[in-house]
Amino acid sequence: MPSSDTLDRPRSLWVCALIGIGLMAAVDEIVFHQILAWHHFYDRSTGDIALMSDGLLHAAELVILVAGFFLFADLRRKDALAPRSAWAGLLLGLGGFQLFDGIINHKVLRLHQVRYDVDTLPYDLAWNGAGLALLLVGVVLALRSRG
Amino acid sequence: MHLSVAAAAYAHAGHDHGPTVSDWVLPLLVLAVGAGGYLLGAAAYAGRRHRDWSSWRTASWLAGVVVIATALSPVLADQAAQARGHMVQHLLLGMLGPLALVLGAPVTLLLGATSSTLGRRVTRILRTRAFHLLSHPVTAAVLNVGGMFVLYLTPLYALAGREAWVHHLVHVHFLAAGYLFAWSIAGPDPAPRRPGMGMRVGVLVLAAAAHSYLGKLLYARAGELPPGAGHTVAEMETAAQWMYYGGDVTELLLAAALFSAWYRRASTSRRPGDDGLGGLLGGRSDTGQRG
Repeated sequence: MPSSDTLDRPRSLWVCALIGIGLMAAVDEIVFHQILAWHHFYDRSTGDIALMSDGLLHAAELVILVAGFFLFADLRRKDALAPRSAWAGLLLGLGGFQLFDGIINHKVLRLHQVRYDVDTLPYDLAWNGAGLALLLVGVVLALRSRG
Repeated sequence: MHLSVAAAAYAHAGHDHGPTVSDWVLPLLVLAVGAGGYLLGAAAYAGRRHRDWSSWRTASWLAGVVVIATALSPVLADQAAQARGHMVQHLLLGMLGPLALVLGAPVTLLLGATSSTLGRRVTRILRTRAFHLLSHPVTAAVLNVGGMFVLYLTPLYALAGREAWVHHLVHVHFLAAGYLFAWSIAGPDPAPRRPGMGMRVGVLVLAAAAHSYLGKLLYARAGELPPGAGHTVAEMETAAQWMYYGGDVTELLLAAALFSAWYRRASTSRRPGDDGLGGLLGGRSDTGQRG
């Protein structure tokens, strides 16, 4: 049983936020790009700069996922994992990425849309609403995990 | 293989006569020299040190040799008529193969298996400024991913199809640059003054980003790129997707190798901040602050 003086709350939160970002990015790639094929690999309206940003984000997501798992294992090994901070971080990461993807990737960079040949408004609302909900739960948990 | 013309010639040879014996010379030579040399080294290591060389490292090296021999064999050369086959070959030769070889830690094996005179000579080379510059992650990334930009965005791709020697040089470059890159990011071999985790993680992300970008660029301009290649749009789109997702797999493996080595090192470090990641993440990095 970890004693409270070995717990590292800030690091538990950060590390699990990294895992949340990486997991949501993986869900996006596997479920929406590959299984449902709602998202497109490349959208003709994508500009050059957007393609570069996409490459950068995509590369960072993969490294973040791997780094997150090893850092998590390191926290466990040192009995420093604070469970409530960890859950808060995970939800912040999941929701933060979902919202970022919905607003920056889909709307600002216009990399691709949630779905094609349909009215995207309900999809965008559901996508960003889900992200916002996850993010808010994460914020509440983070505030309650302090102290 | 680096071009449809060469690839088509290969494929033609394949269809008309089947792969000839001479097509197998290079891959078998790679297999024999690569595997044989390493196994002799492992035997010498056991004789000298009175303990066995790591079987994981041996397995990794042998896997790398098999991957590279496969990439050079007629099995894949026939497939290379398609842009997709070419891309698979490029992934095996320039990314997966070199990573497996690097994880075999051949320099560590060499140092443990041979006399101290040779060891000192090797260490002296590793310590030179030239070697330090060449093996820096930034140099390695530019040679590796930069080389791909040059190949796919210039007429070099078309030239490699017409001239066999250019085509072989491109292969040698892919293998050497891929090895150098994997070594600079996640190599277990000794490297004096190796840059820290921050630099290596940063370069890995940027290099993978440039690779993903190139993959999508080839997809987006499938009709025009590579210049003069003559691949159909559909063919090139498939190849570009292989490039993109194959790059992902390699990036994941490299990151896993890098962070697992960090994880093992961090278990022996006691001082906070010793893990080299203190600057990347907020908060305490060790329980050492307890007292």
